Amino acid sequence: MNHLPLIIKREYLTKVRNKSFIIMTFLSPFIFVGIFALVAYLSSINNDTIRKISVLDESGLFADEFNSTPHIQYKILNDFSLEEAKKEAETQEIYGLLYIPKTESLDSLSQGITFYSEDSPSLSLMGDINDILENKVNTMKLKEAGIDSETIKSLHINISANQETFKGKETSKLGSGLKLVFGGAAGYLLFMFIIIYGNMIMRSVIEEKTSRVIEVIISSVKPRLLLLGKIFGTTLAGITQFLVWVVLILVLMTVVTSIFGIDPAAASPSQQVLENSVDGGTQQIMHDIMLEINNLPIVNLIVMFILFFVGGYLLYASLYASVGAAVDSETDTQQFMMPILMPLILAVYVGFFTVIDNPHGTVSQIFSYIPFTSPVVMLMRIPFGVPIWQQIISVVILFATFGGMVWFAAKIYRVGILMYGKKPTYKEIYKWLKY
Amino acid sequence: MEKLLVVNNVSKTYGNYKALNNVSIEVEKGSIFGLLGPNGAGKTTLIRIINQITMPDTGSVILDGEPLQPHHIQYIGYLPEERGLYKTMKVGEQALYLAQLKGLSKQEAKERLKYWFDRLQIGDWWDKKIQELSKGMAQKIQFVVTVLHKPKLLIFDEPFSGFDPINANLIKDEILKLREDGATIIFSTHRMESVEEMCDHIALLHKSNKILDGRLVDIKRQYRNNMFEIGLITPNHAATSALLKERFEISPATFKSINDELQYKVKVPDSVSSNDFVSYLTSQGQLTHFVEVIPSASDIFIETIQKN
Repeated sequence: MNHLPLIIKREYLTKVRNKSFIIMTFLSPFIFVGIFALVAYLSSINNDTIRKISVLDESGLFADEFNSTPHIQYKILNDFSLEEAKKEAETQEIYGLLYIPKTESLDSLSQGITFYSEDSPSLSLMGDINDILENKVNTMKLKEAGIDSETIKSLHINISANQETFKGKETSKLGSGLKLVFGGAAGYLLFMFIIIYGNMIMRSVIEEKTSRVIEVIISSVKPRLLLLGKIFGTTLAGITQFLVWVVLILVLMTVVTSIFGIDPAAASPSQQVLENSVDGGTQQIMHDIMLEINNLPIVNLIVMFILFFVGGYLLYASLYASVGAAVDSETDTQQFMMPILMPLILAVYVGFFTVIDNPHGTVSQIFSYIPFTSPVVMLMRIPFGVPIWQQIISVVILFATFGGMVWFAAKIYRVGILMYGKKPTYKEIYKWLKY
Repeated sequence: MEKLLVVNNVSKTYGNYKALNNVSIEVEKGSIFGLLGPNGAGKTTLIRIINQITMPDTGSVILDGEPLQPHHIQYIGYLPEERGLYKTMKVGEQALYLAQLKGLSKQEAKERLKYWFDRLQIGDWWDKKIQELSKGMAQKIQFVVTVLHKPKLLIFDEPFSGFDPINANLIKDEILKLREDGATIIFSTHRMESVEEMCDHIALLHKSNKILDGRLVDIKRQYRNNMFEIGLITPNHAATSALLKERFEISPATFKSINDELQYKVKVPDSVSSNDFVSYLTSQGQLTHFVEVIPSASDIFIETIQKN
């Protein structure tokens, strides 16, 4: 008699039919897209407002430097005293007043410049203004030293080193960034998946204990089978939820962006920087991105993503299940959650700090073999190119540990599910392993 | 009689705690076997071993002539003391699931469930969730699920807890009917009156050891102690009382009567036959009541436990 499909089916249907599960499945994408749309909308409003700034330049040096932009209008004041200018700014809804005093030398100029405003001005605005002032003063100082601005321009050379591997593949900064995005997304996805659905498995084990149905069940099936059925069933429910999320988010995004005409890029300020820094515009970037994607080990990445994702998730899921079996209620789980979460968080830290810094350093290598951290760390390393044999060793270690962990979890599970009433200590759990 | 279940010298230790010490029982086919004992005596451990939930450290269990194997679970129906059902699952779905886990096909399970639901008149609960039912109602479902796959061996741990007297009676009748239909039943309870009514055979566990085992009638015979309950009308109650007290161990008794009489429990020495005792009593006055006091299961339980 093979009951595993029956158990998986029940676990799956129970999860999928659960009201809060259904609500979360369909509501989350709306919330996600809603927040996204809100951020995009707000930042577009932000960009639309025009700030008026008065400039009172007693030195007379900067009169030509302040050119109005779509977002900032400069108004040059002449023949005003500082007091008058302040008063005018206050009464006429002017965002701020830049005051540049009369000075003898360029060196002392920096002391007296003041920006008056109602509230603290935004950092980016102050940055812009300071840049303008600084540029002008620098040019003037160079002139004073006898170097004219044309010479300076012709002397200035921009350097951006080309990157190439020994095998002749062209790489670029963009490529490294892309690899980070791939690796980081994979690692982070796994991390989230483990936390959300691991907890779900734990709760489902606890529910069987508190409703006392467990003894009836395990007089019909082996605890190990029940444990496996639970893990697989919940995982399938999780994958279903994830797929619904992905599809819904994609559809909603398309709808939202087309209806409201929001440019998705507006939500990410970095896009602008990118556009400015690379010559040739968006088309060139798209081309570069496609090139870099082609350079990534795509097949390797997908195969390993699936293997590490499944292995890592199953490993942690069996841990969660044994915690559920050891306790009576969810409030008792705290003391056992620490040892589960620690390696997981460690993996993410190693991934996001060490791997980014040095993908093939000793620390990164070691952590990509330890089964509790390898799924996240190795997934983040693979885009940077890891020899296949290393990947295979790591996968083998991972699945071997999973096998051992199921044995271990089943032992705790078998004893724990029939223990009611008191919170076990680590010492007691150790004893259960020997029953 | 043929034995359905034989437990041979089973021991089980949890850490430093010995839950069962060399316990053996034999359960005859078609009988109702009472597994008794105070809390913590080891009954549940023994039952779990029979259900293969835990394994014995030493000893063996033989079911219907074969050493216990995983596939045997389909021949056993078990109603645990700590019982419950999935709260958010619907009654019908849940019953089908549990029946399928016991090896029934879906179709077969459906037909049998229909029969039982009609029989207990709970057909309209099919689409309700367990959490919408009362505790007693849920227990009925659980009972049905336990017996649905027509197991050869039924194990009931405190089957009547949670039932009102009417439903308890209903379940009792169903259990007796299952026995008539050929099932063998192991029955663990603290309610001695149901032991008295139902069990053919009992075993008493105490502190992990079996301290008493046998047919209920035999045990009662063994525990009789020549005690009689008497009613006697005499000219002078006080004088007769004093006389009785001198010759026998007596204690006051109360039973319903329309007479104004002496009521006593009297322990008669083994040397005196009951006939001799009756003639002695009639010589003292008019005998209105004469009954041998048979020890109840409860008396035997308490006496044996206290002795050990």
